[in-house]
Amino acid sequence: MSTEKPKVAFYWCASCGGCEEAVIDLAEDILKVVEAVDIVFWPVALDFKKKDVEAMKDGSIAVSFINGAVRLSEQEEMVKLLRQKSGLVVAFGSCSHLGGIPGLGNFWNKETIFRRAYITTPSTDNPDGTVPLEKTEVDGKELTLPRFYDTVYTLDQVIDVDYYLPGCAPPPDLIMNALQAILEGKLPPKGAVLSPNKSLCDDCKRNESKPEKLTIKEIKRPWEVELDPEKCFLAQGVICMGPATRTGCGERCIEANMPCRGCFGPTDQVIDQGAKFLSSLASILDTDDEKEIEKIVDTIVDPAGTFYRFSLPSSILRRRRMEDIK
Amino acid sequence: MTYAPNIRIIRVMCSGRVAPQFVLKAFIEGADGVLISGCHPGDCHYQEGNYNALRRHRLLSKMLEQFGIERERFRLEWVSAAEGVKFQQICDEFTEQIKKLGPLNLNGGKDEHREA
Repeated sequence: MSTEKPKVAFYWCASCGGCEEAVIDLAEDILKVVEAVDIVFWPVALDFKKKDVEAMKDGSIAVSFINGAVRLSEQEEMVKLLRQKSGLVVAFGSCSHLGGIPGLGNFWNKETIFRRAYITTPSTDNPDGTVPLEKTEVDGKELTLPRFYDTVYTLDQVIDVDYYLPGCAPPPDLIMNALQAILEGKLPPKGAVLSPNKSLCDDCKRNESKPEKLTIKEIKRPWEVELDPEKCFLAQGVICMGPATRTGCGERCIEANMPCRGCFGPTDQVIDQGAKFLSSLASILDTDDEKEIEKIVDTIVDPAGTFYRFSLPSSILRRRRMEDIK
Repeated sequence: MTYAPNIRIIRVMCSGRVAPQFVLKAFIEGADGVLISGCHPGDCHYQEGNYNALRRHRLLSKMLEQFGIERERFRLEWVSAAEGVKFQQICDEFTEQIKKLGPLNLNGGKDEHREA
């Protein structure tokens, strides 16, 4: 009988490192993980290289957990390699699931992002206006960098994905449940998001404080009001993505008296989280008068950035129209 | 009665049935403009449907601008079943307006730089 433990890989693409932190946040449970599996690739923690992965047999990694969105050619290459070597691929966290915060880059393109990041930010000192190049000559030798795409992609827009672990970052209990399900072979149908399929409002303690008919006369940003720690945010005129967001996060933001920003993405019934939220928000604006409606809409400073904070690349439109960007 | 052949009609029970997701889908699949036409305020069989359409239209228009889709491409008009001539005029006028704006070229949200 073979005593070989299942092999597991972790990889990061366009992400902040918070998802790696989430693995560490398993605390003592990480010992159970290490006992049950062999971690064969994890750039942030272990010294295995790309060539080690290349040397593995196709499909020999039981599961690869990949966090981060895909925005560089290098990331695309690595995730395609991991796909080939893995039995299962799990999109780990908001960025690989939906595009996440890096996905907001889809309101811009490569040129405008480089201009901002390397030239016009107040803290930048770059008199020659140097920006990263894919090829540079140095002492007769050619140095290369990965290609920076105009568009940020979700993981499943680049490779086939088996499961999704939502969240920024995914909470420890969902990670452990997913690991257990994988180890015991008790997985739901392919393509499932490994968190309950209902909206955050269903689990929210503040739901009881919600008035019978919820209406809003003016939209305020969280810093403009002293937030009541028990009252429904929407009833306080503050945008909370709860109605259009999947539950399972443990309401960490709500507990800290901050409204939901939507990192778990929509439920299975919804394609486009931002449009769905827009629809529900519009329905509770408390007026039938055209001018009044426009006045309230004016108080929503950045609808696209707010409704798609974590999900722009996974949305129906995916990105801002290219020819509009100058 | 004739009107511009560029319009494709999708019939729904109420302007309030037109979810913002439908509008986005129309744009990404190649429509250069979207016209929602509903019953006049006060005439809604479902009481509230057209008001919901109005609220969504104003908010969605603002959001579409952030995606580089001009306000003129997304229109809401009240046209009752008895106003055939009005519908005809709106269709012709909207078609002309869209022709002036030119194609939307969303390219399915894809990145030519990568996909090349």
